[in-house]
Amino acid sequence: MLKQCEGSQAVAEAVALCRPEVICAYPITPQTHIVEGLASLVKSGALSPCEYINVESEFAAMSVAIGASAAGARAYTATASQGILYMAEAVYNASGLGLPIVMTVGNRSIGAPINIWNDHTDSMALRDAGWIQLFAESNQEAVDLHIQAFKLAEELSMPVMVCMDGFILTHAYERVDVPTQEQVDAFLPRYVPRQSVDPDDPVTIGAMVGPEAFMEVRYLAHAKQMEALELIPQMAEEFRRVFGRSSGGLVRPYRCEDAETIVCALGSVNGTIQDVVDEMREAGVKIGSVSLCSFRPFPSAALGKVLGHASRVITIEKSLSVGIGGNVSHNLRMSLPGRDTKVYTVIAGLGGRAVTKASLRRTFEAAIRGTLDPLSFMDLNVKAVERQLEREKAARRTGPAAEAILRDLGPTVGASASTTTHGPAAGAAH
Amino acid sequence: MTSPLPIKFYQTGTFTVGNRLLDVSVRSVQSDSQRNNSLNSGHRACQGCGEALGARYALDAAMRAVNGRLVVANATGCLEVFSTPYPESSWRVAWLHSLFANAAAVGTGMAAAMKVKGRTDVRVIAQGGDGGTVDIGFACLSGMFERNDDVLYICYDNEAYMNTGVQRSSATPAGARTATTPAVGEAPGNVMNQGKNVPLIAMAHFIPYVATASVADLRDLETKVDKAMRVHGARYLHVHVPCPLGWGCDTGDTIKVARLAAESGLYPIFEAEYGEITGRRMIRKRVPVDEYLKLQSRFSHLFKTTEGRARVAQIQAIADRNIARFGLVPEGAPA
Repeated sequence: MLKQCEGSQAVAEAVALCRPEVICAYPITPQTHIVEGLASLVKSGALSPCEYINVESEFAAMSVAIGASAAGARAYTATASQGILYMAEAVYNASGLGLPIVMTVGNRSIGAPINIWNDHTDSMALRDAGWIQLFAESNQEAVDLHIQAFKLAEELSMPVMVCMDGFILTHAYERVDVPTQEQVDAFLPRYVPRQSVDPDDPVTIGAMVGPEAFMEVRYLAHAKQMEALELIPQMAEEFRRVFGRSSGGLVRPYRCEDAETIVCALGSVNGTIQDVVDEMREAGVKIGSVSLCSFRPFPSAALGKVLGHASRVITIEKSLSVGIGGNVSHNLRMSLPGRDTKVYTVIAGLGGRAVTKASLRRTFEAAIRGTLDPLSFMDLNVKAVERQLEREKAARRTGPAAEAILRDLGPTVGASASTTTHGPAAGAAH
Repeated sequence: MTSPLPIKFYQTGTFTVGNRLLDVSVRSVQSDSQRNNSLNSGHRACQGCGEALGARYALDAAMRAVNGRLVVANATGCLEVFSTPYPESSWRVAWLHSLFANAAAVGTGMAAAMKVKGRTDVRVIAQGGDGGTVDIGFACLSGMFERNDDVLYICYDNEAYMNTGVQRSSATPAGARTATTPAVGEAPGNVMNQGKNVPLIAMAHFIPYVATASVADLRDLETKVDKAMRVHGARYLHVHVPCPLGWGCDTGDTIKVARLAAESGLYPIFEAEYGEITGRRMIRKRVPVDEYLKLQSRFSHLFKTTEGRARVAQIQAIADRNIARFGLVPEGAPA
């Protein structure tokens, strides 16, 4: 049914349509509206039978999901930011045990400094945890990916993380087609666990494994993700047949056919990028973009096919691998074996800094001119950074850096202000 | 198939009443040749391990109480490691090990799954050592209590991190030597604290049932497990299990040491319902703490110096306080 609603509410309804049997949640911004929506659906009886458990931490949330999933129930949780780090050990454990838990991550930065706004640092921190990671481009896709996620997880006995940009998607009101229960039931079969803790068939799960078999168990997780590379496009196709629209898949190219420059990104920023591609195409520039829907497994072959003819690739990345640069570009290079394609890593939008069309266009044009650095930080306030670095060179006890930079910027700068207003001049009064 | 060998039990003392003298219906679970052997032989616990003994009795009693309809979540620790060296397992119950800190939460998840599936006959036990319970697993434990989830949590308390080589936990008693509280310097051994009494903290959650037990009284342990399994909601059982390796006592003295802990007053045995103490195991023959401490090399440094002696007096004061607080000797009995 078409409706105008908040992304979180739409996701809550989509998750409910998947008939989860155990939902455990610990609140963290910007995930809260999703679990609040589900709480209402369970409490009102609209989603039944379902146990909704208010846990005391994210670590407990994932642990309750582990227990529930291992005992044969369809289990769901949602988190973000510090929450996913707090549950990190259990995130690895869930995949190690092969439990098909589905978790929404309302992508948000990681502190310090504490910051509640969007970037992808949280999901990236757990990218090697053995979970499938799907990134939604829009609220419609967030809805659709959740429905696909349960099926994918249960088919592979492997947990799936559906990543949606905090605030930009979770709190955005837009038109969403929430499917019917009949459609979801036709697509998603009942959960039959591959293994379960059951007195009727008592087994030991979670035994100590030494060097003689550990590598094999880990390799199996990788082999399953390679299977997922086949399964994800199949599932997207099946989804299209049942629901009548395209969603998910491994990669989604946009105007890439003859593109010499291709921009690659995860999540909602792809919408903005596509607008810029349209504008530049109108000006005669051969540019396209590709949205990476699946980050784990990384679709090296599918992406390589899309990027094949391009002479340069620009990644717009909402996370920083401190000390090297890009996470996406680092992975993407695996798609370009033996090619001399130029790869530009652009770190953008950290901590919720707006990624504007103007800045993207400037960046793309610089890459095409050949003046863009291999690693760059879009809209970085270089003066603010230099000022702090100079301070630290001049004196030992300079105090906390984040506070010093805020002081330099002055009181007129809000976190949601566009970067064009960020300048040393704004702090002149101090 | 041959029928099971007949098992004979003999009177071994006043604390372990000879089962053959009793009517079958009141014999111990362990004396039943049809017992489940939940933690079966062949595991790799050390000689004299109190935890293996306690876990075996507890789970067999639970299995009988719930007709075998049991699933178990186990925390990381000695019990997990010695019972499941891949690809072998000593568990004859449906058993899951996830992590060190989350057994209580995993138990919650299992209970929720069983409820939602309408399998209300299947019951849940979560278990771990003192480290996995009173330290790293404490938040999950308290959360499970507070929500009154239908889980019995059993803590096998051997008073330190034995699996990793005897490091101090918050259940390590005052003055004890561990690998991280060595018996050197001006204040050798563990800090002289009152400890962290998790049974009392459990009671502060006003959950249906809390009890302490000891491998010194295995019938009492069985009875308490049986009682706990007949109640729904969050339940907590804290079992004192000596570790000969970590405590530095003779491997043949596990039961004796456990008994002296109770008889000295250092380990009070009691039970509580909804936050109120409803039963206590009275001390039969009160002993000074020295008798308990001297059997264990982890306390030997206390008996070598005058300062050490003063610490023993402090430990005696802890025992005296327990006795007074829990009423472990009849009023008017000589101190």
